[in-house]
Formats: sequence, C-alpha cells, structure tokens
Amino acid sequence: MKYNSQKLAYWFFALSMLLLTLQIIYGFIMAFAHMGFDGLHEFIAFNTARAVHTNLLVVWILSGFMGAAYYIIPEEAEHELVNVKLAYVQLISLALVGVVAIIGYHFNYWEGRKFLEIPRPLDYLVVVNVLTFLGIIVTTLYKGKKRTTTSLVLTMGLVFAALLYLPGMIWFDNQTMDSFFRWWVVHLWVEGVWELIMGGILAFLLIKITGVDREVIEKWLYVIVGLTFISGILGTGHHYYYIGVGKTWLIVGGIFSALEPLAFLAMALFAVSMYRKGEKKHPNKIALSWTLGTAITSFVGAGLLGLAHTLPQVNMYTHGTLVTAMHGHLAFWGAYGMIVFAIISYTLPNLTGRKLYDSTTGLLAFWLSNIGMLGMTVAFGVAGVAQVYLERKMGMDFGDVQKEIEVHFFVLAICATMFATGIGFYIYEFIKYGQPSKEAIQN
Amino acid sequence: MLSKSQARTFFLGGTIITFVVFLGLSWTSLTKEVPKRTHEENLTADVIAGKHLWESNNCMGCHTILGEGAYYAPELTKVVERRGEGYMRAVLSSKVPWAPRSRKMVAHNFNEVEVEQLIEFFKWIGNIDLNGFPPKPDYKSTNNLK
Ligand code: HEM
Ligand code: HEM
Ligand SMILES: [Fe+2]
Repeated sequence: MKYNSQKLAYWFFALSMLLLTLQIIYGFIMAFAHMGFDGLHEFIAFNTARAVHTNLLVVWILSGFMGAAYYIIPEEAEHELVNVKLAYVQLISLALVGVVAIIGYHFNYWEGRKFLEIPRPLDYLVVVNVLTFLGIIVTTLYKGKKRTTTSLVLTMGLVFAALLYLPGMIWFDNQTMDSFFRWWVVHLWVEGVWELIMGGILAFLLIKITGVDREVIEKWLYVIVGLTFISGILGTGHHYYYIGVGKTWLIVGGIFSALEPLAFLAMALFAVSMYRKGEKKHPNKIALSWTLGTAITSFVGAGLLGLAHTLPQVNMYTHGTLVTAMHGHLAFWGAYGMIVFAIISYTLPNLTGRKLYDSTTGLLAFWLSNIGMLGMTVAFGVAGVAQVYLERKMGMDFGDVQKEIEVHFFVLAICATMFATGIGFYIYEFIKYGQPSKEAIQN
Repeated sequence: MLSKSQARTFFLGGTIITFVVFLGLSWTSLTKEVPKRTHEENLTADVIAGKHLWESNNCMGCHTILGEGAYYAPELTKVVERRGEGYMRAVLSSKVPWAPRSRKMVAHNFNEVEVEQLIEFFKWIGNIDLNGFPPKPDYKSTNNLK
C-alpha cells in the first residue's frame, strides 16, 4: 500500500466477510426447509430467510466493491482519499442500514419485491450513503494526478450502479410495470454496470500481478465493457418474454442476451492470456488463483449457464424454476463473489505488511469453496431440470414434484457444507492477517 | 491492430446506440402494449390494494408470479383458474399455517376484505396476455393410446 487512507478498504472487506457468514447461515435454513425440515418456520419463515439471504449477498458484494474502490482509486489517482472520517461514517451507516433492514425482515417490514425488499424509508438512506461514497471517490479522482482508464471504468460502473437503483424506487399500480422497472435495477446491474466494476478491478489486478503493460490491458478492458453493454442493455429483453409486454422482446431479448456470454468469454480469455504474457510473476499465488478463477467461473456460471435458458423457447419452460437458482448461484459467485475475494487476497498482504503468500489454508479455501459451489450448482440444476419436466411438461402438481426432488437438497446441503468450510478457511486466514498497519506503507 | 482509442469508440458508440434503441423499445412497450395486454382499465382499487398486500407480506419470498419470485411454493399467475376462489379463501384466511404435504405457508390471517382484494388481484393477473406463459403440460402417454 502506498497511501495511508487505503487502510479504509480493510474495514469494508471485514464487513463483507461478516455479512457473507450470515448469508450462508440463512442459505442453510432454506436448504433445510426445502428438505422438509422447517422447524424455524415460526421465527424465520422461508420468505424471511430468502430476503435476508439475497439482500446480505448484495450488501456484502457492494461492501467489497466499495473497499476495492477505496484501495484502488488512491493508488491509480496517486492521491490520498479526500475525506477519511466521512468514509468511516459511511462504512458504519452502511452496516447500520443493512442490519436494520435485516431485522425488519423478521417482523414483516419489507417491500416484497424480489431483490429490492428494502423498505422505502431505508432506500433513501441507501441513496445518501452511496452518494457520500461516490462523492469521496469522484473528488479524489478529480484532485488526483492521474485519471487512468482502469479507475474511470471502475468509477463509471459505481456511478451507473447508483443511478440504476432509482427506477426500482418508483411505485406502480400495475404489476407488469413494476416488474419491467425492477429489471432495470436487477438485470442492468448484474449484466451491465457491475461488469464494469468487475472489469475495472480485474484490470487493476492483472496490471499488478502479471506486469503486462497498462496500455494493452486497458485496451482490452474497453473491448470487454463494450461487449457487455452492446449485448447486455438490449439483453434485458430476456426478462420481458412473459411478463405482459409485447412479442418484439422475444426476438430482441433472445438475440442480444445470447450474445452476452461473449463479454464473459472475452474476460476469461483476457485474464488467461495476460497471465501467459506476463513476465513478472507476482509471488501472491492465492490472489492469482482468485483472479483467474473469477474470470473463468463467471464465464461458466453467467455465460454458459445463462445461455442455457436464455432463448424464449427454453425460458418458457424454465422461467421461475430452480433452474434459475442454479444459474443465479454460480453466476453471482463466479463473477462478483470471486472478484471480491480476488481483490481481498491481493490487498491483505499489502494492507497489513504480512506476506502470507502461498499458505495451505489459502489454497484449501480456494478449492473447497469452488468445488463446493460447483456441486451446489449441479444439485440445483438436477432439481430444476426434474422440476421442469415433471411440472411443466407432464403436468404434475407443484407440491408432488417438490416431494420428488427433496433428495437433491440433501446433496445441496452436503456441497454447501464443503463451500462453507472453504469460506471458513478464508475468513480464518483473513483474521490471521490482523489489522492494517502504518508500517505497511511503501513507496 | 485495434488501438486503444478505437476500442474506446467501440465502447462509447455501442453503448449509446443500444441504449437509445432500448429506451425507444421500452417506451413503445409501456405506452402501447402494457395498457392493452394487462387490461389496465380493470385495475380497480381492490386490485391495487391486493397488490399492496402481495408486496407488504413478501408473498414473492416463497411464490412466483409472472414467473418471478421464489421457488418454495407454487406459481400463482393462473391460480384462480387452477384452484378456484373457494380454495383460495380457505388458504388465505387460515388461522394456522396452511400445510399441504407438510410444507408450511405463513398463517397471514387475512380478514374478509383483504381476502377479496387478493382474489381480485389474482384475477387481474390471470388475465394478462403473457405470450403463452405458463406453458400447458403436453405429455400424453403413448401406452394408453388404443
Ligand atoms: C454475472 C452475471 C449474472 C448474474 C449475477 C446473474 C444472476 C441472475 C439471477 C440472480 C437471476 C434471477 C433473477 C430474478 O428472478 O429476479 C437471473 C436470471 C436470469 N439470467 Fe442471469 N445472471 C448473470 C448473467 C446472465 C447472462 C450472461 C445470461 C444470458 C446469457 C443470463 C440469463 C438469465 C436468464 C434468461 C434469467 C431468467 C431466468 C428466469 O426466467 O427465471 N444471466 N440471473
Ligand atoms: C451455504 C450456502 C448456500 C445455500 C445452502 C444456499 C441456498 C439457497 C436457497 C435454498 C435459495 C432459495 C431457492 C428458492 O427460492 O427456493 C437460494 C437463493 C439464492 N442464493 Fe443461495 N445458498 C448458498 C450460498 C449462496 C451464495 C454464496 C450466493 C452468491 C454468491 C448465493 C446466491 C443466491 C441467489 C442469487 C439466490 C436467488 C436465486 C434466484 O432467485 O434465482 N447463495 N440460496
Ligand atoms: Fe438478465
């Protein structure tokens, strides 16, 4: 680390790890409910567990992105963050809003719109929080010596992500309109602007780890984010097939969303070829594993498993089944979970001054969590495909089908245990590193 | 080979063009298609109140509607057609968790007015033109054909 204010990143990463732990606990509650063990029903009904699980997911990833930005922007702009005290206030308020929302979900205080369950009054606090964050980032960038493509793409992603939160706050009487604009948040986030954030972090990591010339890396970064938007914006249409809008979306959504995997393919090829090309071999092998891992796993989870159900003829049958959950898990994990892990693994030694590269715990964490998540994806996939055939093709009743596929949730729970063990190792390592120190500053 | 500034032009140009097309298509959909396909004229106060109940209780946290939501409980887009109003009244007003095959639904304990509002909401949802969703099961056993 070169700037003292970069230490802030550590606390955002720590919050991220804490929320991830809670997310996993609620994941298990749902997996058990699917197996038929819903003993917690009275206190934590399924809809509570689900809202907590998915909202914690979004918040831990956002917290990771914010930490990443607080680390990357000073280094790229060659300037200390402008207002560190305010940034700590922002951190604490982010944690508070998250906690209040999650407690609220246990007491029927929510908005009941998938992924956007945060009640309206808290939405405004989220907006203030994110504006504060962006203010600090943009001012630092403005005052800094340099404005690199990497930092601009990252910042652009963060600014657009904030703007796109707003359509989700409009109230509609018509369910179709509600759904239409909900996708401007959910889809345009994960298949649009978040890819800019991911691309920016990935470019930063590749520059640092492989030592390949910045100009080359940033050129490909533009190509990747170009592919993202060209396919992803009109690709929103893959959520408009069956919600009450016209048939044009079947064609537009089908064609453009089928092109979306190209951006992820480009990201995977980009990471691997920069790694091959790089002469400098950075000793931080764990960070390298996560960096290549995120590029490849996101292509599988988002690209391939997204493509698997994105054509209207297929989506007609898979829409709103466990097939979606299969894709949702590997896509979120591969693209956004793993990029956060990559930046944490890269920055921790720099923040704390302890160079625990190459540790067995770190490698175990990588392999256990990834193999576990792949297993979970398969379990959801088998359950989902069975559900599609039995319910949508054969016409069996929903509940009878659920009884038939209960067994796959045992498999899910076993793989989830493996995943959680990997995460446990990762967090153990995180704690072992200790807190950031002044001595770690190097020029 | 491609230069960095060409790559930037590709990014900016592509984004602006697709975004403008996207806004145009969205505008046509929302102004021309949605009012007709969703029968906006039937959006009565009861339907809207029903939607509000649907949201404030996070029904989408277990069920799907228009194929969106969670995968723990049945898809409800065509529930009126599938189950009928009598069955729905029983489920919605139940004082203990409704639990067919032992999987429990939250006992929302809705009052009579609320139950009717929810049913009106589902009737309105059931009438939206969804391009054929949910699909009709089309399996026929060939063994039983004489
Ligand atoms: C990192 C990127 C991605 C993430 C995190 C992601 C995540 C998700 C999630 C969470 C859902 C469920 C949303 C909901 O029902 O509210 C979903 C749905 C969907 N995704 Fe993705 N996705 C990604 C990329 C892609 C790509 C590239 C494609 C296509 C090639 C795709 C195709 C789909 C489709 C077709 C659905 C709708 C499923 C349904 O009809 O139920 N996704 N995605
Ligand atoms: C111990 C680990 C986990 C378990 C057991 C688990 C289990 C589940 C279950 C049972 C659901 C609900 C499916 C339904 O509606 O019926 C769910 C939803 C979801 N989980 Fe997890 N999960 C775990 C970890 C994760 C992780 C690490 C991520 C992301 C990185 C994640 C992302 C999601 C998403 C995006 C959804 C919503 C999917 C959709 O609506 O299509 N989960 N999870
Ligand atoms: Fe999408």
